[in-house]
Amino acid sequence: MTPVLAVKQLYYKRKTVRGWRQAAVDQFVVGPINFEINAGETLAVIGDNGSGKSTIANLLVGVENPTSGSILLNGQKIQYNNLKQRSLNIRMIFQQARESLNPTVPVGKILEEPLKLNTDLTAQERHERIRETLQQVGLLSDHAHFYRHMLSDGQSQRVALARALILNPQVIVADEPFAALDPSVRSQMVNLLMQLQKKLGLSYIFISHNLGIVRHISDRVLVVNNGRIVESGKAEVIYNNPKTDYTKRLINAFNTLIDNRVF
Amino acid sequence: MPLLDIKNLTLEIETTNGWVKALDKISLTIAPKEIRALVGESGSGKSLIVKAIVGAINEGWRLTADRLNWGGKDLLMLSDEERRQITREDIAVIFQNPTHSLDPTATLGEQLEEAIPDHLIGKGWYWERRQRRNEIVASQLHKVGIKEHDACVSSYPHQIPDDICQKFMIAMALASEPKLLIADDPTKGMETTTKIQILKLLSRLNETKELSILFVSHDLLAIASLAETMTVLYCGQTVESGRLMQLRRRPLHPYTKALLDSAPSFRKDLLPKTELNALEGTIPTLQNLPAGCRLGPRCPRAQKECVKMPEVRYIQNHYYSCHFPLHRYK
Repeated sequence: MTPVLAVKQLYYKRKTVRGWRQAAVDQFVVGPINFEINAGETLAVIGDNGSGKSTIANLLVGVENPTSGSILLNGQKIQYNNLKQRSLNIRMIFQQARESLNPTVPVGKILEEPLKLNTDLTAQERHERIRETLQQVGLLSDHAHFYRHMLSDGQSQRVALARALILNPQVIVADEPFAALDPSVRSQMVNLLMQLQKKLGLSYIFISHNLGIVRHISDRVLVVNNGRIVESGKAEVIYNNPKTDYTKRLINAFNTLIDNRVF
Repeated sequence: MPLLDIKNLTLEIETTNGWVKALDKISLTIAPKEIRALVGESGSGKSLIVKAIVGAINEGWRLTADRLNWGGKDLLMLSDEERRQITREDIAVIFQNPTHSLDPTATLGEQLEEAIPDHLIGKGWYWERRQRRNEIVASQLHKVGIKEHDACVSSYPHQIPDDICQKFMIAMALASEPKLLIADDPTKGMETTTKIQILKLLSRLNETKELSILFVSHDLLAIASLAETMTVLYCGQTVESGRLMQLRRRPLHPYTKALLDSAPSFRKDLLPKTELNALEGTIPTLQNLPAGCRLGPRCPRAQKECVKMPEVRYIQNHYYSCHFPLHRYK
């Protein structure tokens, strides 16, 4: 079976020249990144702040262009000029759901935008699709008339999810989707994401700090440190039997928190 | 005698729908050397309690309490001057959002120096005082785990990462050697490794300096490893309070149970990818709070009586307010 998404030897390099001297150059390198993800699988990316987790997400959805390497979608290489191929199949949920919604436009318009840009549906069909998607994420079709400020945190996160789902993508990249949510609302979202995965066969790429939730929802885990993948494998294996020092430190820290052995 | 003793604290805020009780009969005590966790979701009034304790309440709000005592003194009866004295010397607060609560126009070093009280610096010529001040700054920063203090001291809040800013806030709060530290979500958005450093620091201070801590957060993992006692808030009402172990082993209020269930790491028996128990709906806004027990509309055990405010009941220091607690079946 060909994986839905395969990333091969992906590199991203960015140089910032400080001042006029050539010698003073800050280099930020992410790579090499290699992974594969099958339909219906969840891959979690964990690591420190500034380790390049979000850059990986940006590379996948096309915010940043990689310096070298390739991303294969269903065995086909993603062309950088073929935006439709990418945006129909790989969608993103941002960290601050509320901030990512346009405040001047109602939810219906926000959801209509990707349909207008990427499909040939008529206005009628678009409205039908918006209604369906809103119901899929547990909102009412009336919510299409709401503006951002009228929604609670949980609801705006659902709208963000609806925006990702509306083009029937194969992969959803979620950058810290639960960080801004309260615990009881967070559980609802976790449940919703898992239900949708079962129903639609979505693949998720999760970027998260919350190791507890990562263990609960992910099949495989990618540990990133300083822009490099230090370890990758099945979630249980990484959690029970970490190999590299960095992962060990991370998992140990998590376990001490769970067992209350901080002191 | 408890250090801080709050009984039936009520805070009313005027909205377009009239006066609304943002805090409804909150009771809370902190004994010397106790670490108490205050748990609640956003909008539950955690930060308002913190503000009420330090007296940073807006003028238009109505604050009433049966007791709001600090070491036996009634804070509401004191003059502004005396109250400020207490808040300055004995209580320190770590605010929620470090980048917003630090002054963007002053360097971090200047802000930290300002927080050091005069009696720690002592008397002397100005260069001696300056030297001592710098020593204190360096030692405080080392204590909270900032190694390159020189670079930090001369930079502005926006120039350094959030977690270091957070540590800086802690250093500032501890500079005046307070008796009570109120930490308003100090581990928010931190990585696990940094979080543990902060928690270790707080617990060490608790042991060595007999510092009492009010740990305000909704991060149950952090709370479970730090606090001894816990008070759970929901929408401005105290839902349950007692020893942490007791609450974890046998929660009596449906909300506490839902909150504990929402952290999958607490439950080792949970299979991956199974459904988590979650309460339906979302937290009501201040404008449309339900009558009686505010969990009512979301509660799986709610019945007719729940529109009346339940009495506070207790079993051996374990206080709860619910008509249909979990140990009684419907």
